[in-house]
Amino acid sequence: MKFLVCISKAPDTTSKIDFTEGNSKFNEAGVQYIVNPYDEWYALVRALELKEAAGGTVTTITVGTPADDSIIRKALAIGADNAVRVNAEANDAYFTAFQIAEYAKANGFDIVFTGKETINYNGSQVGGMIAEMLGQPFVSLASKLDLNGSVATVNREMTGGVEIVEVNTPFVVSSAKGMAEQRIPNMRGIMAARTKPLEVIEPAACDDLVSFQSYSLPEAKSACKYVEPDNMAELVSLLHNEAKVI
Amino acid sequence: MSVLVYIDTLNGSIAKNALEAVHYGSKIGTTTVVTNGSIGEAELAGLGNVGASKVLVHRGVTTGDAAQITNIVAAAAEAEGASTIVFSQDLTGRSVAPRLSAKLKAGLASGAVALPAADGSVKVNVFSGKAFGNVAFKSDKKIIALTPNSIQVGETGGSASVEEFSADAGAASVVVKDVQKQEGDILLPEAELVVSAGRGLKGPENWGMVEDLAKALGAATACSRPVADIGWRPHHEHVGQTGVAIRPNLYIAAGISGAIQHLAGVNGSKVIVVINTDPEAPFFKAADYGIVGDAFEVLPKLKEEIEKFKSQN
Ligand SMILES: Cc1cc2nc3c(=O)[nH]c(=O)nc-3n(C[C@H](O)[C@H](O)[C@H](O)COP(=O)(O)OP(=O)(O)OC[C@H]3O[C@@H](n4cnc5c(N)ncnc54)[C@H](O)[C@@H]3O)c2cc1C
Ligand SMILES: Nc1ncnc2c1ncn2[C@@H]1O[C@H](COP(=O)(O)O)[C@@H](O)[C@H]1O
Repeated sequence: MKFLVCISKAPDTTSKIDFTEGNSKFNEAGVQYIVNPYDEWYALVRALELKEAAGGTVTTITVGTPADDSIIRKALAIGADNAVRVNAEANDAYFTAFQIAEYAKANGFDIVFTGKETINYNGSQVGGMIAEMLGQPFVSLASKLDLNGSVATVNREMTGGVEIVEVNTPFVVSSAKGMAEQRIPNMRGIMAARTKPLEVIEPAACDDLVSFQSYSLPEAKSACKYVEPDNMAELVSLLHNEAKVI
Repeated sequence: MSVLVYIDTLNGSIAKNALEAVHYGSKIGTTTVVTNGSIGEAELAGLGNVGASKVLVHRGVTTGDAAQITNIVAAAAEAEGASTIVFSQDLTGRSVAPRLSAKLKAGLASGAVALPAADGSVKVNVFSGKAFGNVAFKSDKKIIALTPNSIQVGETGGSASVEEFSADAGAASVVVKDVQKQEGDILLPEAELVVSAGRGLKGPENWGMVEDLAKALGAATACSRPVADIGWRPHHEHVGQTGVAIRPNLYIAAGISGAIQHLAGVNGSKVIVVINTDPEAPFFKAADYGIVGDAFEVLPKLKEEIEKFKSQN
């Protein structure tokens, strides 16, 4: 089996979020980048587990610049066999999906894994777009995935519960909590990652469909009003009369 | 301008976030709704009350297969000449909107929190609710996926015409074997009131207090991530950066420290109440109302006062 895992970078979850250049650009000063948690914890680890059980290869793909190589090495240290980087800024989900779909078409994979969403843009877009471009089924928000030959049984989150679905390879799946347990890379993995292949390819021509024009921050909260723990009648009154939420 | 709104009615009813999406569409232009499944005609006609002119219902697709729904919505957009297509950013929207975007080469603004601005750009949630971005479209066709609970639904008193719609949906590629319904009547992503608790509650046996307060309020229950990780509560209740992001009117957090990753999923809430024994807990900085106290005493008292209030109002 051949597995392709889409790996993107995300600012460390404790990063301070602000913007520069007239609020048109994310301020990267002092920001530490990590592998997007959904890609690392769930998509990559489940692909590795399937490979360990049934044989095959796990390739990662990232649309990004040379600055992304360190997070790609982390994915290799966790256990991916080889990595591909499409050498371009990933500013638009359609552009990103197009690059990944082109690579997948040329190389043929049984399952393409993405994360549920990137924690910076939260679009949940790239996986579904890749599926459409490949003409393959898309299973969104999988919390469990088992493979028996070419038939996968997947738990997918749906409104109001969980759906257990069957789908044949090849397909695209976006990975959510529950799919796997986070793996911490060990020293051997980190050493091995240094010499694993990281192929850099140039992007195919593709137009962007959207652009982020500007950013803004939410309005600051006014100071917290304290209520004594034995005066819940006052809290209820505030929630009703002042906040008007009950 | 002609607008098409897809709503998910697969569980047999029209959820609040679907009404929001329809109303949102009607603020942009003349709105046709498209849906699939077996929901009744009278209920669909009622969508006129929130702004729909027409409803197209496809009876042939009764599951959430993203490829089939994409085909239906694309056919409806073509039939209606719609240049803007609206989804709710719910679980079905998250899988269908991106497929449709690729199929139609239509830009997708997901996580919208407001109507399009005069220049057509759309304000969306980014950085897990810690900031907003303005998405500008470069394509002629546009898709907008609306964050639940981000607009107020207004009633117009109108009624919509309902038509059966029979576009070719293609074959189902994903076969549904079983469905496990979530317990509880109020679904977290669309709940207006939420009671949430964290590790401060010490163990799963203490969640009775949380559920009792939620019941008294008519609220959904939620939890912090470690609580779901250790198995005290089901995964779908986990809110935050790596869980569900919610924007209820009221979020009550008991025994939750307020780590930045937790706040990311809840700071869109209109009003936040924090109950914590530690006056230095970071959550108080994000709170509207704070109670420095023991959740084991405060939650039952609050429940009592809510019941009193409900019986008088
Ligand atoms: C990449 C990443 C992603 C993450 N994503 C999420 C996420 O999506 N959601 C999330 O929630 N967390 C997330 N976390 C974890 C987060 O950093 C915190 O560890 C977590 O939110 C803490 O949970 P807690 O507040 O329940 O527990 P604790 O931090 O242990 O806090 C317990 C609180 O309860 C108070 N307390 C104790 N006893 C009582 C009592 N009797 N009455 C009242 N208060 C009491 C304490 O004072 C304390 O403030 C993430 C972390 C990382 C690194
Ligand atoms: N630049 C990128 N390179 C590779 N994969 C990506 C990239 N951006 C997003 N993805 C994948 O697509 C998923 C969804 O991203 P998004 O649509 O941005 O929420 C992520 O979890 C990744 O698996």
